[in-house]
Amino acid sequence: MSSRDLILARVRRALADVPRDDTPYDRAVRRDYLREHGNRSAGRTVDLLAENLADYRALVHRCTAGELPATIARLLAGRGAASVAVPAGLDPAWLAAADVTRMPDSAADTPAALDRVDSVVTACAVAIAETGTIVLDGGPDQGRRRITLVPDHHICVVRVPGQVVSSVPQGLERLDPARPLTWISGPSATSDIELDRVEGVHGPRTLEVVLVSAR
Amino acid sequence: MSGGTYLGMPAFPKAAHEAVRDETLRGNLRHATHTIRAKRATAVAEVSDWAELREAGKQIKDHTLRHLDRYLVQLEESVTAAGGTVHWAADADEANRIVTGLVKATGESEVVKVKSMATQEIGLNEALEAEGIRAYETDLAELIVQLGEDRPSHILVPAIHRNRGEIRDIFAREMGAWGRPAPEGLTDTPAELADAARLHLREKFLRAKVGISGANFMVAETGTMVVVESEGNGRMCLTLPETLISVVGIEKTVPTWRDLEVFLQTLPRSSTAERMNPYTSTWTGTTDSGTADGPRDFHLVLIDNGRTDTLADEVGRQALRCIRCSACLNVCPVYERAGGHAYGSVYPGPIGAILSPQLRGTGSEIDASLPYASSLCGACYDVCPVAIDIPEVLVHLRERVVQGGPVTREGVRVLVKPAKGHAAERAAMRAARWAFGRPGVLRAGQRLASRTRRFHPRTLPGPGRAWSDTRSVPEVPAEPFRDWWQRTHGGKDTSK
Repeated sequence: MSSRDLILARVRRALADVPRDDTPYDRAVRRDYLREHGNRSAGRTVDLLAENLADYRALVHRCTAGELPATIARLLAGRGAASVAVPAGLDPAWLAAADVTRMPDSAADTPAALDRVDSVVTACAVAIAETGTIVLDGGPDQGRRRITLVPDHHICVVRVPGQVVSSVPQGLERLDPARPLTWISGPSATSDIELDRVEGVHGPRTLEVVLVSAR
Repeated sequence: MSGGTYLGMPAFPKAAHEAVRDETLRGNLRHATHTIRAKRATAVAEVSDWAELREAGKQIKDHTLRHLDRYLVQLEESVTAAGGTVHWAADADEANRIVTGLVKATGESEVVKVKSMATQEIGLNEALEAEGIRAYETDLAELIVQLGEDRPSHILVPAIHRNRGEIRDIFAREMGAWGRPAPEGLTDTPAELADAARLHLREKFLRAKVGISGANFMVAETGTMVVVESEGNGRMCLTLPETLISVVGIEKTVPTWRDLEVFLQTLPRSSTAERMNPYTSTWTGTTDSGTADGPRDFHLVLIDNGRTDTLADEVGRQALRCIRCSACLNVCPVYERAGGHAYGSVYPGPIGAILSPQLRGTGSEIDASLPYASSLCGACYDVCPVAIDIPEVLVHLRERVVQGGPVTREGVRVLVKPAKGHAAERAAMRAARWAFGRPGVLRAGQRLASRTRRFHPRTLPGPGRAWSDTRSVPEVPAEPFRDWWQRTHGGKDTSK
């Protein structure tokens, strides 16, 4: 007997007490928890996102779509970044004002090569206000997961209010599980020393989030 | 975990007796658990529907466990359809053989690891080491444990028993032997220690070809794996290597993608007291060569290792709901004083006290003593985000230890004998049952006890001594309650 069949047989034997007409999945779970916490306007939801991002030490900036290239250029210059990893589908206008070497995201790059890149600029798939989370789904304007991991400085652009949801349940609804997802809530951190939170371990130690509105 | 082993651990009372004398250990544990306790309470209070989320989490897990065969088959289909390969391991040895074989097939002799309780449980690092494969732990606390040749003492923060000064010393002394040495003049500030770990591990991440992880959740419907973490070491191990091997207990399954909406709210708040942990990675099999995002090969090793035996116990199976948040450890008065090592298992604290004796059976001295490693205060049940009634299971397991009875071991129904050393307890309980069933005998016994009260010793003799070592023997009143009640007509007539 294969281990697969052995384990499945053990499971079935262990569950001999479960009736055949046991409550089906859709009635087994009472989902009377909230879809979102509180009633906020779209504007207030964006404010909450900004507050919660900042609470976990992300640097939050707000600008209009017209100001975005200048904002990104300013952030990169302020950091002293010479090279920037760029997802294949990123709007070229976003980096138009920046004086940096562009490193297009490529499957051929080695992790070591990425380690020499100063910064990365991406969009995101969705942002969750209640938890201060941005989610990347590997879309064309976000690139492979590793480009937002190895460089030490990540600038992530969130289109507000369209990409912002209130809660985790609403966020999951918008996401496709078939895509590799990365949920980011602040810069890399650890609670491993005396159970107290310290920012800055293996992921980018600086996370800058630009909330960009149409006007 | 290259250092210690759990084999031949002394029973909990002996190990705990030694641990509570260690002033540094007690200080470290008290500081850490009190810090997180207060923060967790705040994080939980922030969501008004905590009770409903907790109940939903319990119901999702219960439903999944009650139909685990179906969901495991569905999970296997989904993972396979997404390009992954599923392996099944009945026990630790088989899991270790599978993983070792997979690593050897890549031709590599080192792997990077994400913190995983399942691989700790099966002793994977030692098994790899025996085959000439070096496993690098990359979680900060696991790194501290590995470099210090120590054993983990907490589910979430395995080095909780170490303070910053001790961590600094371990880093300064040991890092050089494993790779990049600690920076000169390293101090004990947490930020500097975290930075030392970043520098030390980066070269390992960048060259790694094989990553090994566990998973917090596996979604049956989609074949999606979920890893919840803080530092980014998880992302490194999950995305940079060419081959990824995830070793996961079968109970980590949830039916649907939507179910994550409950656990991604309760786990971070209950665990590290955060609204959300810094990084959560989800992946479904492998990506196609056009996308080429992450590992080319993905292997999922599903392990039983005592889980189906636990599932067979209708009271004890609720322990399999555990999402490894560690809130029960942080709140436990016994854990806070004894520390994690005394529990003799990778799963310490209240959850360990009900999980280890079920996964491993109550045959060994340490496992038979674990159900007693509790004051039954119930704080663990209060904080559990999936409402595991730990005190209920503890009492259930105590009964099994004392009385023996039918249990399932390795899939086979067997009868365990009553454990040794509980003969006096059994005799006392039998005598109590006999007396309580005979009112005349009970009355005579109570009166005799009252009249002789002046001669009662302060500690019990013989086998009762261990009990009265740490407890006061209750004082017998001058008059039995039932006599008082009759004499005073239920207290109404107190003048007489």
